[in-house]
Amino acid sequence: METLAMHISNGIVNGPVAALFAVLALAVLALCVLRGRRDLDDRLAPMAGLVAAFIFAVQMLNFPIFTAGVSGHLLGGALAAMLVGPWVGALCVAVVLVVQALVFGDGGVAMLGLNISNMAVLGTAAAYLLITLLLRVLPRTPAGLGVTAFVSALVSVVVASQGFVLQYWLGGTTDLGGNLAGLAGTMAGAHLLIGIGEGLITATTVVTVAKVRPDLVYALRALKPAAPAPVVPVAGGAR
Amino acid sequence: MSKRPWGFVVGGLLVALLLAGVVSNYASAHPDGLDSSLLKGCTVNAEDEITGGSCPAQQAQDHELADSPLADYGIRGVDNEFLSTGLSGVLGVLLTFAVGGGVFWLLRRRGPAQRAGHATAAGPAGDGRAGDDPVGGGRGDDASRVTNSR
Repeated sequence: METLAMHISNGIVNGPVAALFAVLALAVLALCVLRGRRDLDDRLAPMAGLVAAFIFAVQMLNFPIFTAGVSGHLLGGALAAMLVGPWVGALCVAVVLVVQALVFGDGGVAMLGLNISNMAVLGTAAAYLLITLLLRVLPRTPAGLGVTAFVSALVSVVVASQGFVLQYWLGGTTDLGGNLAGLAGTMAGAHLLIGIGEGLITATTVVTVAKVRPDLVYALRALKPAAPAPVVPVAGGAR
Repeated sequence: MSKRPWGFVVGGLLVALLLAGVVSNYASAHPDGLDSSLLKGCTVNAEDEITGGSCPAQQAQDHELADSPLADYGIRGVDNEFLSTGLSGVLGVLLTFAVGGGVFWLLRRRGPAQRAGHATAAGPAGDGRAGDDPVGGGRGDDASRVTNSR
């Protein structure tokens, strides 16, 4: 038994479904590279490296949740989306998952597509949708930013957990006797509590970064408040 | 004008190294939300090993790289658990930063356009480069405009 495994282990989901999600994950990551390159400049690239390293570190810190005998840990999608944007953010989480699978024996290599689909793709996408929504309506204060981070992180964890339920429905290796709803409920319940921890960590980190270097928070740069600044044509643009 | 991020990145890395190198030893050893959900239906002992029943976790197979020197967040050969976990965490943070930072650095939009755009008012320098990299050059101007307007 691997007691320290945090991600989907080999044998939990069958090979064909794992391969299907590997192809899917590769396609989405390729899109992330294409779109992310537009965001990646001399300032964002080192910041993205830091975000990946920070997520790796915090994922090691399993915290107890209120249910006895169960722990949770950061997934990181919302944190990455807030700090470096959705495209580069998904790549950050994927880098962490690849390092964990290839070096730390955590999450089967054959299961990498499943884990990337849930945590890097689904988690980050859900988080960024909520971030764009909340940051437009909430005030640009530390509290507004903190609430945005907390809520988007919490929801993204629950959404990611349901990604696994979908995968297990498609290719789970144990017959649940038609009780997929039971698994969905158990996963959602546990990850709602984990999401609270994820929300607190994400909000604390993002608010701290915003206090020290607000220019390094992607969401604050990219998402303007309700009245967007007019786009002024650059002089010489009519070259 | 925007400051360079390197000071912040070094500071952030030190925090990450502290978390992975020291605080990680105080992490909860209980199975996480996924593992515990997959254990439902089985009975487990104090070490969270399966003792009976039927649950999805019983189908788990060995990891392809279970023999990796850093498998399970420890360093093979280091008996002191505190050191083993902490050092593996430090190595993991450095490795993740090297891999992630390296990939992102290679993928970034290049050329003096952005540098010029940040250091001076966006102008002819940026436009001169735009022909080389239409997508990147255009966005470079966007980025500096947003930064300058803040």
